[in-house]
Amino acid sequence: MGFDLSRRGALKGVLNGAAIAVGVPLLDVFLDGNGQAMAATGAAVPVRFGTWFWGLGVNPTRWFPSQAGADYELKPELAPIRDFQKKINVLGNFNVLLDGAPNLPHTSGGPAIRTGRAITVDRGLPGESFDVTISDRIGARSRFRSLEVSAIGDARNSLSGRGGGNLNPSEATPTGLYQRIFGLGFKDPNSASFTPDPQAMARRSVLSAVTEQRQALQASVGAADRQKLDQYYTSIRQLENQLDVELTRPEPLQACVVPGKGPADLAVNGEIETVVLNHQLMTDLLVMALACDQTRVFNMMFNNGASSLTRIGSTVTHHQLTHEEVLDNKLGYQPQATYFLTKIMEAWVYFIGALDKVKEGDRTLLDNTLVFAHSETEFAKFHSIDNIPMMTAGSGGGRIKTGLYVDGQGTPVSRVGLTLQQAMGVPVDRWGTKSMETNKAIGELVA
Amino acid sequence: MSSTSRLSRWMLGVAGAAAVLSITAASLAGSAGAEPGTAAATAASGQIVGMRRLSETQYRNTIADIFGPDIVVAGRFEPIVRPAHELIASGAREAAISPSGLEQFDAMARNIAGQVFDERHRGQFVPCAPKAPAKADPSCAQAALAPLGRYLFRRPLSLTEQASYVRMAGTAAEATGSFYSGLELALGAMLVSPKFLYILETAQPGLAQAGSPVLDDYSRAARLSFTLWNSTPNEMLLDAAAKGKLSDPAQLTAIAQRMVASPRFEQGVRAFFVDMLLLERFDALSKDPIIFPYYSTQVAAAMPEQMLRTVVDHLVTRNGDYRQLFTTNHTFMTRALGGLYQVQVSKPRGWEPHEFAPGDDRAGLLGQAGFLAIYSQSGRSSPTLRGRAVREVLMCQQVPDPPGNVNFTAVQDTRNTAVPTARIRLNAHVTDENCAGCHKLTDPVGLSLERFDGIGAFRTKENGAEIDPSGELDSVKFTGAAGLGKTLAESPDTTLCVASRALEYARGVPSDEDGNLVEALEKQFATDGYSIRSLFLKVATMPESYQVKVHKLDAGTRVSLLTN
Repeated sequence: MGFDLSRRGALKGVLNGAAIAVGVPLLDVFLDGNGQAMAATGAAVPVRFGTWFWGLGVNPTRWFPSQAGADYELKPELAPIRDFQKKINVLGNFNVLLDGAPNLPHTSGGPAIRTGRAITVDRGLPGESFDVTISDRIGARSRFRSLEVSAIGDARNSLSGRGGGNLNPSEATPTGLYQRIFGLGFKDPNSASFTPDPQAMARRSVLSAVTEQRQALQASVGAADRQKLDQYYTSIRQLENQLDVELTRPEPLQACVVPGKGPADLAVNGEIETVVLNHQLMTDLLVMALACDQTRVFNMMFNNGASSLTRIGSTVTHHQLTHEEVLDNKLGYQPQATYFLTKIMEAWVYFIGALDKVKEGDRTLLDNTLVFAHSETEFAKFHSIDNIPMMTAGSGGGRIKTGLYVDGQGTPVSRVGLTLQQAMGVPVDRWGTKSMETNKAIGELVA
Repeated sequence: MSSTSRLSRWMLGVAGAAAVLSITAASLAGSAGAEPGTAAATAASGQIVGMRRLSETQYRNTIADIFGPDIVVAGRFEPIVRPAHELIASGAREAAISPSGLEQFDAMARNIAGQVFDERHRGQFVPCAPKAPAKADPSCAQAALAPLGRYLFRRPLSLTEQASYVRMAGTAAEATGSFYSGLELALGAMLVSPKFLYILETAQPGLAQAGSPVLDDYSRAARLSFTLWNSTPNEMLLDAAAKGKLSDPAQLTAIAQRMVASPRFEQGVRAFFVDMLLLERFDALSKDPIIFPYYSTQVAAAMPEQMLRTVVDHLVTRNGDYRQLFTTNHTFMTRALGGLYQVQVSKPRGWEPHEFAPGDDRAGLLGQAGFLAIYSQSGRSSPTLRGRAVREVLMCQQVPDPPGNVNFTAVQDTRNTAVPTARIRLNAHVTDENCAGCHKLTDPVGLSLERFDGIGAFRTKENGAEIDPSGELDSVKFTGAAGLGKTLAESPDTTLCVASRALEYARGVPSDEDGNLVEALEKQFATDGYSIRSLFLKVATMPESYQVKVHKLDAGTRVSLLTN
């Protein structure tokens, strides 16, 4: 059996005859926006997409700007983003419509935003999350289709997946994430020498043979099991991709600096200082994974929906505080619960800042990325799911306007998912189900 | 059947919160992943009627059984999502394998295959010498791979499959210049195959009853083995399957009897209770070190183990009555737990048996630190979570979730000395009619456990005020953990619940719609003195266990808030 070592070969989707849905060729993806070529090699700069999640919302009157448009007002809880305001959009007044399905506290909001569907039972995502749809489009050929990370250290803390029993588990520790990205199988794009590993070549052919068995198996399963098999073979393709990448001489990447050694293992728990530190370490690793083009899609979870963040010595968690702490009459908000929100916004700024520090040509990595940040509730005390706070950062290589506050005027939140998918080149003109089905992208954002 | 069954009445109707549950089947019709009825009704010979993903312990036990305990399994397993109010065994039917999950399975597979064919081990698994060690040798590869494939896929490989793996080994041997590397890669491929990572259940059309297909012999072998031993079918079972013994009721019973009498049954019972008691909650358990100085990593690790040792000792070793699991004075201790329980532990390392004095409030599973700790908040106890767990986990009753628009201002500051105890704080719920309906179900149960704090350490006061440990469960009044244990032991729902879970565990499908079957099972369980061995023997031998059931997703809104 021969080995086709070029990326082009992988693109053709003719891996031993199995029907494979393949994204468009490289150049189409990168040149239909305002993508710029890398000065060094002439290769186009990749566009990246990612999400950043935090649980338990905000105090709406202290966070959302009052006026739509550019140069929006920074209220106290949004103030930490000051230095990056020009690169950040704030999205308000978009609603989650449940069509009579119950509002499952801390459970309904996140999946509705990610899938455009109302969740009816708590057994995983009600459909494919749009970060996965985007990764099929822009991430299918990178070493990792996407990387999921949980700073609070829980592999189940994830809103990414294809629906049903499929949830992409999160990396839960900095050392685990380091091993995954820079451990076995990593090829330094800037290394002078390159020799394809014969073991990797042999593995590549073995995986092809695994795929060959697909048809016989699929002929004998029912519909529900066929879905599981499809997901399994999608995962097999990802492994094949990784080997193709390993077997291909990588393009040199100016911004890629491989960390010398992995971070020391820290405690993993809900204590806020630990989570902040783990988030920083994992952000730094993720940023390098992007700069070294190991992945083009990511999902960072800062905390979970019903946040189990704690402070040393406190008998209650962030989640309990949002419900049980009395609204301070003088302040008009819950000071202890809000303490966590401030930490979360600072972490978000750290994340954005880390992306913005990396130069790619005359832009930054942040400019070439589209990050979508959101929570799962508006005001946690009452579990409200209208007006859930959302932001975007970066312009996705010039595909999205930035520095705006967009007022959704009560329209379905699925417009956000639709707009972001379109910006990332997903051929979709209508998205969401029932009252959340929409064909109206957010015009203000489209560059 | 389902409308009249006992189980369908378990959903507790509660005024005030009923709206949360009013979701109908119609609104679920559009949800993804649900395709009820399509697989089973038309199953032909060899038709795959179910796929259940191997759990982490099943995977580990399988590797140890096939290749020996010295083969190291190192890696991270993609968790199987637990559907609300169901077992992980049911979630395994819906579990897909994500790219990162497969990446990990692949890394483990290569690592295992590398060990199996290293110089130290290859002699055990390769019954021949290759003609040339640097080249392919199809007949020797076949001799090594076919028997391993039979163990891994839980049925003999077809000729096509054998040829495929032999070809793989050959191609890889030529590419790497090593016969054994070729074997390694072929074995690695078996270990990432869906036929290994999923337990494939296939139907036997000849025995179909009234349109519902039944499992074939090899699927029965896997069902028996994973249910009773939590591991892969051994030579005896594969051989019995080949001879058609497992479709014969008398021979099936004889084999199942041997299996529940085997020492390996302990491993099966352990796995069942890990699932039923939601012990995965220990993975994410976080306790505040300042509030709970006795809490440490040793204590955290010993807590679930203490629960499981108590369960296995009582139910398997002593062949005890399931009901007495909630009243037994026997347990096991480590040094670390001794500090938390304030009891003497003589052994500096490891476990030793411990017997509580008669009347000690620690008696039974509910007095154990593990149960008390996982159903608490990170910094304090929670009568609501504990009461809910007793009803949902041990009695299979569903407590409705709080409504989405609940106003929590009714519950006041925990540090307010005017409301020192949980009982007084929770009283706010009971006087607010929106909350009262559900909290009346949970709190009177959980308040009886209030003499144990957020990690299960004994106390008599909270914020300086005396704790009142009186409780009530379905109009039976009692005091303390021991009183609750006794009440639970006397409730018919307790034994019905474990019977229903055992059936769900074996089939990987909730038993909600099989109320009559569960009641019959419970009756037999009672006749057999509530012996867990008899319960699992019955589950493993009744014909209904092997009829293919397709799980429907229209059973109403089921959400677990136990995670909060």
